[in-house]
Amino acid sequence: MNVFKSMGAKLAVFCLGAALTLSLAACGDQKAEQKAADKPAVEAKPAPAPAADKKIKVGFVYVSPIGDAGYSYAHHQGQKAVAALPFVESSFVESVPEGADSERVITNMARKDFDLVFTTSFGYMDSTLKVAKEFPKVRFMHCSGFKTAENMSNYFGRMYQARYLTGMVAGQMTKKNILGYVAAFPIPEVIRGINAFTLGARSVNPQAQVRVVWTKTWYDPALEKDAAVSLLDVGADVIAQHQDSPGPQEAAQQRGVYSIGYNSDMSAFAPKAHLTAAVWNWAPLYVQTVEEVKNGTWKGGQAIWGGMDKGVVDVAPYGPMVPDAVKAKVEAKRAELKAGTDTVFMGPIKDQAGKERYAAGQKAPDADLLGMTWFVEGVVGTTE
Amino acid sequence: MPALRVIKRDEPWRGGALAIVLGALAFSLGAGILMLAAQGKSPVQGAVVLWQGTFGNVFALEDALRKSVPIFLCSLGVAVAFRMQVWNIGAEGQFALGAIGATWAALTFPGLPKIVLLPVMFLAALLAGGLWALIPAWLKLKLKVSEIITTLMLNYIAILLLDYLVFGVWKDPTSFGFPMTPEFSPAAILGPIGGTRLHWGFAVCLVAGVGLWAFFRFTLLGYELKAGGEGARVARYAGLPYGFLVGFVMTVSGALAGLAGCVETSAVLGRLQPSLMAGYGYTAIVVAWLARLEPLPIALASFLLAVLRVGVENLQLEMQIPAAYGMIMEGLILLSVLAGQFFQTFRLGRREG
Repeated sequence: MNVFKSMGAKLAVFCLGAALTLSLAACGDQKAEQKAADKPAVEAKPAPAPAADKKIKVGFVYVSPIGDAGYSYAHHQGQKAVAALPFVESSFVESVPEGADSERVITNMARKDFDLVFTTSFGYMDSTLKVAKEFPKVRFMHCSGFKTAENMSNYFGRMYQARYLTGMVAGQMTKKNILGYVAAFPIPEVIRGINAFTLGARSVNPQAQVRVVWTKTWYDPALEKDAAVSLLDVGADVIAQHQDSPGPQEAAQQRGVYSIGYNSDMSAFAPKAHLTAAVWNWAPLYVQTVEEVKNGTWKGGQAIWGGMDKGVVDVAPYGPMVPDAVKAKVEAKRAELKAGTDTVFMGPIKDQAGKERYAAGQKAPDADLLGMTWFVEGVVGTTE
Repeated sequence: MPALRVIKRDEPWRGGALAIVLGALAFSLGAGILMLAAQGKSPVQGAVVLWQGTFGNVFALEDALRKSVPIFLCSLGVAVAFRMQVWNIGAEGQFALGAIGATWAALTFPGLPKIVLLPVMFLAALLAGGLWALIPAWLKLKLKVSEIITTLMLNYIAILLLDYLVFGVWKDPTSFGFPMTPEFSPAAILGPIGGTRLHWGFAVCLVAGVGLWAFFRFTLLGYELKAGGEGARVARYAGLPYGFLVGFVMTVSGALAGLAGCVETSAVLGRLQPSLMAGYGYTAIVVAWLARLEPLPIALASFLLAVLRVGVENLQLEMQIPAAYGMIMEGLILLSVLAGQFFQTFRLGRREG
């Protein structure tokens, strides 16, 4: 052991020395540069449009790999649309853990003079806010949170509208009246989606019940698949999901039942099972945001929550097994939502205990939707 | 035909450790370059970007130091137990408990002045982490349950406990139902050192590292721990209190991981939330092993691993190289260093006759 000890110590000292010498040379310039960059930032408060001849640098931070066919994949499709614009230079970093790591990645983009940074996961909220305060010239768009700043807006989509439509499909296709729902975390976004799905299903099939299993993960293909199997074992014959991998879709196909995808069209993973999917379509919003930055009309402090009327969310093309009669019912509702009439959370709505939460004709306000922590009647499961 | 064969060295290879680490690094970098080339990216540009994102940039170095703090503390803890051949796989859970302890103090006494509150938080974290680690020690001694199993299982329980708290009793009422505690009062925040981005948790690392080194080097108990590592029977034969030693190392081990949890929660997040759990407790095991359980090499290995993780982000941003590349490089380095240690005790030689 003594040999290792002395060798280890020598090695450590050698490497540390080398690292310090090499890095010190770089330190001098960097500090001067940073000071120069910091000074004007304090004075210039409103964010003017970048110089016309300069390309706009747009960065994206993703929480999972872009190849997962899921949440980050959907954002990445929007990034591609942005990158294709002639006046834009765009880059992204994938698989960035929430918390301390995200702060570093976002800061790095701000230091590299990005004009606009999209941080696409809820857990990036505090880091984005911190960096936004430190770099007042950079514009930040945070997805799915609730905090804003002068140079930071947040945005999200009314995915519950698409969930409602997929619920209508599932409610008509089920034979056993048991729908399974593989869900990530009991947070308002997910609970809202389950409620909308349930309301949609019961609007066409009052007998339908939705069974929920929590996986406590956003992305874990094997675990999500297992969760779906547990729902299949209790008799579910349509599997929906609020997860980022197509694992549940594959489980449904293997058992010969139906499934509803999420994030993007997942039919390639389970062509025989996939009825439709609730999908994100970020390209219009992202392109619009970049254009606002270019024109100098972009504003911080906003909370943007667009629905089907803005094209942010939609349903994927129906599978060949969905009969025309089913499609027709769903399409009628879809046209309503596209026109901007949102009656998804219109009373009467009862909770699991049968207590009326919204009376007939009363619509749940956005604040309630954003903080939703209870299930509607027809859901089997708890929000804990 | 001359052929090579494996020959056991009469003595361990002097100077071998350095040569092996450098050789493994060179091998991994070479393989990394080939991978870049296979992807149609320029290896030269890759090297430049990686340099800029690591040693060529004071921000990156600061970031790497920040990131190495929890890895170092957890790894130090793991090493304490491993030295006595007590296999504590539970740094992840002990880290979570430390964070829970610190959060409890921060939320319970928000009005205390900083100079009192921070020590209380640290104490709570040390106790929570240490006591959590004492459970498997007790199970090992009383019921002869393998600590490998119990420490691992307790990780899941600890994380679920953390989830329960942030989804339930400690949830911030203004967070729209999202799982997080309220932000800590400023008195509960471990601040930055001077004008740098480095926080005082770095100083905690120095104290813990030097303290532990001195403990093993100069105290009787430290010596006994090393001897106790030869096994329960050896320890008893030598008249050492094996049960006490196991309990002691597990407590110290857990307390160090708990310390890491406290520092991350207070200095980096400023509140407790599930994203605190980034797998440092498991990374720590690899680091401790790689550094042969010695404090200084652990510091170096934690730092280098953090540098690599920070650096590959720059590769992603500048060259759009997939995140998986970083993980492959990390795996290559760890694997080739471990495989290379084979040459510490063996060498290749010509077949004779």
